[in-house]
Amino acid sequence: MPGPAATDVTALLAARARWRPLELVFWVVALASVFLLPDKHLILAEIAILALFALSIDLLLGYAGIVSLGHAAFFGAGAYIAGLLGKHGVQEPLFGLVAAAAGAAVLGFASSFLVLRGSDLTRLMVTLGVALVLYEFANKAAFTGGADGLQGVVIGPVLGLFEFDITGHVAYAYSLTVLFVLFLLARRIVYSPFGLSLQAVKGNPLRARAIGVPVSRRLVAIYTLAAAYAGIAGALLAQTQQFVSLDVLAFHRSADGLLVLILGGAGYLYGGIVGAVIFKLMQDWLSALTPQYWQFWIGLVLVLIVVIGRDRMANWSHLVRDIVRPTRKAPVAAPAEQERGP
Amino acid sequence: MSVVLETRNLEKRFGGVVATSDVSLQVRKGARHALIGPNGAGKTTLINLLTGVLAPTAGRILLDGEDITGVEPHRRVRMGLARTFQINQLFGDLTPLETIGLAVSERHGSGADWWRIVGSRAGVVEDVIELIERFQLGDVLNERVAVLPYGKQRLLEIALAFACRPRVLLLDEPAAGVPEAERHEILATVAALPKDVTVLLIEHDMDLVFSFADRISVLVNGALFVEGSPDEVARDPRVKAVYLGEDAHA
Repeated sequence: MPGPAATDVTALLAARARWRPLELVFWVVALASVFLLPDKHLILAEIAILALFALSIDLLLGYAGIVSLGHAAFFGAGAYIAGLLGKHGVQEPLFGLVAAAAGAAVLGFASSFLVLRGSDLTRLMVTLGVALVLYEFANKAAFTGGADGLQGVVIGPVLGLFEFDITGHVAYAYSLTVLFVLFLLARRIVYSPFGLSLQAVKGNPLRARAIGVPVSRRLVAIYTLAAAYAGIAGALLAQTQQFVSLDVLAFHRSADGLLVLILGGAGYLYGGIVGAVIFKLMQDWLSALTPQYWQFWIGLVLVLIVVIGRDRMANWSHLVRDIVRPTRKAPVAAPAEQERGP
Repeated sequence: MSVVLETRNLEKRFGGVVATSDVSLQVRKGARHALIGPNGAGKTTLINLLTGVLAPTAGRILLDGEDITGVEPHRRVRMGLARTFQINQLFGDLTPLETIGLAVSERHGSGADWWRIVGSRAGVVEDVIELIERFQLGDVLNERVAVLPYGKQRLLEIALAFACRPRVLLLDEPAAGVPEAERHEILATVAALPKDVTVLLIEHDMDLVFSFADRISVLVNGALFVEGSPDEVARDPRVKAVYLGEDAHA
């Protein structure tokens, strides 16, 4: 067997992160929707925000293997930070995003040390608990408006140029741009050594430690980053709706985010976006069809997808992943029989 | 020759069970030191103590004279103490290229680099290529690790530890479970490890131990039983008794 040359290995490593044609098509379609679907911009803005939220869960679950049932804590924190800024005269939206990201990141960093402890079940409970605590805090605190929601949020024009309007044109263009920029950053991160080390920790924390990966530190870092992403998603919602309700911290928001990600498939970055499109369109269609019972149908569909189509779902998302990341060949041979000698 | 890895009166208890009992072991620099013993002798516990997976109940561990008893596992790796696992501990969803790329990046201190792609840092690619060639992984670089033939997984297992550029390499039954046809490749690779790397080999296979080791320690019931050159150990009647005794029970 001839040894690989430096150029081969460099090329193979570079090929991991290369843009696939399908990815370009995806973003061209997203851009086209800004111009071709003007009457759908309200729902598209919601989709973009949900997609960003699901993307932040993907960084946690799909790459680092951390399950969370309370990711809405960071979404809600970001929403309240952006909303409160707007209410108290700081109306520049981009500054609001940065502040929301920073606030959510601080919260994520602080709670990451709780989440690091223990197994998946512990993590589920701790994340759930943190979100519940925050929900009740927002419910009781005076400055959040409690159950009435945060009223009187005023957000200035984006970059001083684009005023948010009732048609949702600016809201969608703004949300999609933020989603795209943060997607690019996430994509950069997952192909870096840091991103690879997360996948290693997810695959086998024992071995990751044994090759010198500081597992806890990496998990704290990604948890903090994912919290910042969720915070920005929450801020986008607050800014585009110019209102914050307690709902941003609700349990169902965490659950929806997780469902969206599972719908689209975790671990290849596009899952959250694809899932958000499917989820919102399904919700929109079903609620028009049966206004009172749409949650019944969406629940049923989700159960069917997860239970019956589980393997097929996995295959489907692997297929997409292989198209998106063709360096990974499909398995050609069955794994060798792993018999252990006496 | 100087001692590179040393334990002093190392002890590990699990409740009332003493798994490691007063082990004072010295591994000399550049040695091919084998640790043998019947099943349940405490070999794996000792490895776990050395690498920091378990904390000892008493005693100390020194690497190049420096006390590492309380040092975290990943820091011991960076200080030059790397191990392989008896049962493969790999990243099934990654490729050998990604796995080795990560291990080398970590050693170069760029494991936390979140901006550049793997291998963009100077020296990483060269190290990756050296490992790929030494461990003959060139033809499976882009396969998923989970679907590799067992022998290749075994080679990757050793490559991963070696990628950490250890001063001391702990090999835990490197050829365990490898089919006869692929066995030669593993043994040749182990034999060809550079002489300046100290190797502590944990092994059941006596042919491998006696062909490879220049020093042998025998562990029985958690305690060091006999230590010496291969000839001394082979001639020692007590060692024979232990192994014959075990065989008689088997």
